[in-house]
Amino acid sequence: MQVTYRIKRFDPEVDKTPRFQDFTLQVGENDSVLDGMIKIREEQDGSLALRCSCRAAICGSCAMRVNGEPRLMCKTRIRDAAPEGLVKVEPMGNLPVVKDLVVDMGPFWQKVRAVKPWLEPPAAKPEREYLAPNEAMREVVGVVACIMCGACVSDCTVWEVDPNFLGPAALAKAYRFVADPRNTDNDERLKSLTEYTGIWDCTHCFYCVQACPKDVAPMERILALRREAIKHGYTDHNGVRHSDSFAQSVKDSGSLNEGRLAVETQGYLNLPALIGLAPVGLRALKAGKMPSPLHHKRPGASQVKRIFNELEKEEKTT
Amino acid sequence: MRAALEAKRRHADVALISKVHPVRSHSVAAQGGINAPLSAGDSWESHAFDTVKGSDYLGDQDAIEFLSREAAQAVVDLENMGVAFHRGPEGKLAPRNFGGASQARTYFVGAITGHAILHVMFEQLLKAGVKIYEEWFVTHLAIEGGFAAGLVAQEMLTGKFHLIRAKAIILCTGGCGRVYEPSTNALICTGDGMSLAWRAGAPLMDMEMVQYHPTTLANNGALMTEGARGDGAQLRNALGDRFMIKYAPNKIDLASRDVVSRAAQTEIDAGRGVDDGLGGKTCVYLDCTHLDRDFILERLGEIYELALQFANVDITRQPCPVRPGMHYQMGGIKTDLDGATRIPGLYAAGECACVSVHGGNRLGANSLLDTVIFGHRAGAHAAEFARQVDFRPLSEGVVMESERRAQAVLSRPANGESIAKIRLDLGRTMHQHAGVWREVKGLQTALNTLYTLKERYQKAPVQDKGKVFNTNLVFHWELGYMLDSAETILLSAIHRTESRGAHYRTDYPERDDQRWLKHILVGYRPDGAPTIEYLPVTLTRWKPEPRVY
Ligand SMILES: Cc1cc2nc3c(=O)[nH]c(=O)nc-3n(C[C@H](O)[C@H](O)[C@H](O)COP(=O)(O)OP(=O)(O)OC[C@H]3O[C@@H](n4cnc5c(N)ncnc54)[C@H](O)[C@@H]3O)c2cc1C
Ligand code: SF4
Ligand code: SF4
Ligand code: FES
Repeated sequence: MQVTYRIKRFDPEVDKTPRFQDFTLQVGENDSVLDGMIKIREEQDGSLALRCSCRAAICGSCAMRVNGEPRLMCKTRIRDAAPEGLVKVEPMGNLPVVKDLVVDMGPFWQKVRAVKPWLEPPAAKPEREYLAPNEAMREVVGVVACIMCGACVSDCTVWEVDPNFLGPAALAKAYRFVADPRNTDNDERLKSLTEYTGIWDCTHCFYCVQACPKDVAPMERILALRREAIKHGYTDHNGVRHSDSFAQSVKDSGSLNEGRLAVETQGYLNLPALIGLAPVGLRALKAGKMPSPLHHKRPGASQVKRIFNELEKEEKTT
Repeated sequence: MRAALEAKRRHADVALISKVHPVRSHSVAAQGGINAPLSAGDSWESHAFDTVKGSDYLGDQDAIEFLSREAAQAVVDLENMGVAFHRGPEGKLAPRNFGGASQARTYFVGAITGHAILHVMFEQLLKAGVKIYEEWFVTHLAIEGGFAAGLVAQEMLTGKFHLIRAKAIILCTGGCGRVYEPSTNALICTGDGMSLAWRAGAPLMDMEMVQYHPTTLANNGALMTEGARGDGAQLRNALGDRFMIKYAPNKIDLASRDVVSRAAQTEIDAGRGVDDGLGGKTCVYLDCTHLDRDFILERLGEIYELALQFANVDITRQPCPVRPGMHYQMGGIKTDLDGATRIPGLYAAGECACVSVHGGNRLGANSLLDTVIFGHRAGAHAAEFARQVDFRPLSEGVVMESERRAQAVLSRPANGESIAKIRLDLGRTMHQHAGVWREVKGLQTALNTLYTLKERYQKAPVQDKGKVFNTNLVFHWELGYMLDSAETILLSAIHRTESRGAHYRTDYPERDDQRWLKHILVGYRPDGAPTIEYLPVTLTRWKPEPRVY
């Protein structure tokens, strides 16, 4: 079949800003988007820069935006990506572009390095392997499957506004050690993950789950880390107060009271932070998005409250 | 990475240089597992014998004994460092079946064993604080006064060439699979280290021994792991027959790879092939449909996905068309048991090296083992060597030499024959004449073609004239390396007038222990045809016997 690739190009030695270039070519029925890119590079323009190696969705080189969505090119079939014969390819987001489709993965790896990415097994070495249930290993392998491609980071909404955020891949990696029964320093890890840039900064936007080509579901791992952190007593944190307030607000009124959420997240007694909130409130007011100070109950709020009470009862009995 | 880690643990000042980020190295693609005689009832002798037999008696038995004796500890070490191997009921490591093995001894992580090990190696490098130069491409090995003295590498981000001085250098540059088209290997497997060492004066051994894996996808050569057959999948021809019963009545689908590949190719050549989805009947079926779906998804998830994507086949419901495809280079830079080459200070380990534990045919899941065991060993010895010697004087002139070569290529006019075209011609030639079947006429034709390709290469331009991330220039370097590997493969294959392991000569179909129980080494000469040398095979306890599976 014939397809046109619309590729975002940027040569730092020539271009001031990125530009799009179209290439038209014949591709096979089961070919991946990557196969076509390689063909372009080999037959039409040898200067097209991209990373790729395994062609089998395992080396993690070829994550890019395909029609605006972060994808592994070698795992995306061209006929699915270009049903109308046109496919748009751009570099990943949230990472600086080096050239054409090649981005600087430096910030990505820096975050991975920041989560102490290695196992701390018990000091006493066994004669052979450490014993561990296969169930636990399977859980760990779910994250080991991460190929460090960066697709999840490309569209992470928090990374976009706060590049200090550790981000989905590094946090998933952190979970891989916390979930490993052979690891011994979970308490320390969870403590440091509770700090700013860590597990409480994620907004559950789900993008990383959608983006991940290996079903690592980073957001789920972040939520699991939060549960672990709370179990370990790391509750004195905005994030914990945030989710408590979130729940309490819904329980009380059937919907989210955003004003209350912001204030309760910081803590009623935390004056400096509350003052810090003022500019946010002002900007919200200007944009017409200031939550009404009078938070009304939704119709059916009593039912919502009943659900909460039921669930809480259930939780207590189990 | 195993070598770097060991050298660092022994307090050497180590840097790791890689043309891709280390976790993108091709080991990441290893699916099936890693062998070790760990379970009760298994023994290192049994593993060693299987390996010797698998090698068709060309493997050096002292090296194989070493491999098998160290295997259990090596796999336990990997586990202790964090590899999340599959477990049995009591939480202990539990193996799966693999080809050519007399019992189950392949330890695995789903169908991502290489990936899982590679990432743990990287974690350990970070933990140990090894300096990593990623996306640095080595263009030259500097030898001074007969000693390894350093290397020149191009930093891809800037295009700048750098000189790195070293007292010892360990090449762990992987295989040369891309010399063939198609191949299961990643695009980066271009035999760089083999060519670098060869031109520096270290001979290449057993290069004619090129493994074809029986089960690769027709569309792009992607591998369907042997672990599938280990877990119960069966091969069938167009008539639905399990043809392997005829060729290997005992081990059937789990005979060694050379045997299964030849059998499958024989069936296909005899007209009993199945549709490859590309308009021919060049495949046989890999059938998993009798296996439980959840079982397949847990243990073979990766290949389930590959087949779905590239062949449009759901292996839990339909048999999948597969065919033999180039997979592994048994030969490589000749080293001793310490990983040392003939150049003092230059070491090699992994697929680029040849100790030789794989001989004429590598057993599945023995090669990851080879990389960790001999990587470990080379790291230890290189660290020791470096302690005893001083840096060799080395001038910046070697950097200028690489710059000059790059400039010469970049200044060729951009029109003219593309590198990709030459590479494709090379790959097809090798597949056609130096694949599953070989005979002297075809090999000679291929060699003649190769020499014209070398000439064409000397004129081929690169289109990218820039400095930043110039992949075009990298492909140019790589093609040069590939042409060297191909030359040594063809020369050795023409030389070996017998059939052994993966090397099957239709004009010499028998194994000939009288004349050919020896290794072929090809040496480089700057001013003339390559040299050929023989080395006897080291036999310790196993006498050559006919090979039946
Ligand atoms: C699809 C597939 C599946 C496999 N499955 C198994 C299996 O189940 N079990 C098993 O035991 N074996 C398996 N193998 C074989 C095994 O994976 C390889 O033989 C082994 O991983 C090779 O490892 P290596 O360390 O030698 O090289 P690689 O892992 O290939 O690493 C080579 C390194 O050298 C670097 N490099 C190369 N050239 C340069 C240069 N010019 N400059 C700078 N750096 C350079 C690369 O960047 C890379 O980091 C499989 C192979 C394939 C293709
Ligand atoms: S769910 Fe969290 S980590 Fe994932 S993309 Fe959204 S904000 Fe980022
Ligand atoms: S979590 Fe998924 S998307 Fe993110 S780096 Fe890992 S494999 Fe890629
Ligand atoms: S090329 Fe390796 S993940 Fe796509």
